Amino acid sequence: MPVPILKQGSYLIASIQSALSDSEVLELRDDLADRIGRFRSRGIIIDVAALDVIDSFVARSLRNIARTASLRGAATVIVGIQPDVAVAMVQFRLNLEPLQTALDLEEALELLDRNARRREHDGG
Amino acid sequence: MADEVCVPIAADADIVVARGEGRALAGRLGFTRTDATLIATAISEVGRNILVHAGSGVVELAEAADDHRVAIVVIARDDGPGIPDIQSALREGFATGDGLGLGLPGSQRLMDEFVIDTKLGKGTTVTMRKWRDRDPLEILRPVDGADD
Repeated sequence: MPVPILKQGSYLIASIQSALSDSEVLELRDDLADRIGRFRSRGIIIDVAALDVIDSFVARSLRNIARTASLRGAATVIVGIQPDVAVAMVQFRLNLEPLQTALDLEEALELLDRNARRREHDGG
Repeated sequence: MADEVCVPIAADADIVVARGEGRALAGRLGFTRTDATLIATAISEVGRNILVHAGSGVVELAEAADDHRVAIVVIARDDGPGIPDIQSALREGFATGDGLGLGLPGSQRLMDEFVIDTKLGKGTTVTMRKWRDRDPLEILRPVDGADD
């Protein structure tokens, strides 16, 4: 089952609905890279609240999504990391850098808006 | 009857099944939600290890107990090429196949016991255990909890 991706203004919101297999994670990466170009998106929000685990593969894939998006001119924010998943990531010593994270959708939208304003300010 | 589950690993969707079964067994054995997530994450890594390096194998989940503790036992077994250099495989950043080189050392940190048995050309077996102390009331009950 593909991850639904909603378009909201200049942002894309990918809302993961269930545990994902490795190939589904890679599909999400490709879908997002494709849509950034089609919709001229400036930001991506990935909601990972439904993910049962964030292991080394998922962490690396999320980082790759962010790097790909950044090359296409979009910023990425990860939201909804569950408390037990966060504990596991720390104990595993998984690194999400340079990914930005936020607690929920609202905070992620604020973060992206702030980024966009800063970019306009710097640009003009 | 001891609680045992065996999940064949031949495709990446099987890893999702294996970690789901691991989480469920951890819950039945009384582990906290956080511990169950640590266990599921370690299962995900050893399951992927099977797929990437051997192509197929099996993840066995079982319980163990002593007087004061309960454990979940995870055994990941394959008939693949084996690991030529275990020390390197357990070192951070050692990458072969499609891994980051984080999988095995990371799983080791998530579990209490972690043993790799590997023979070149014969295969690899990773055995992991995570223990939980039983509380005093639990110790009075039979280990199997057969009477519900």
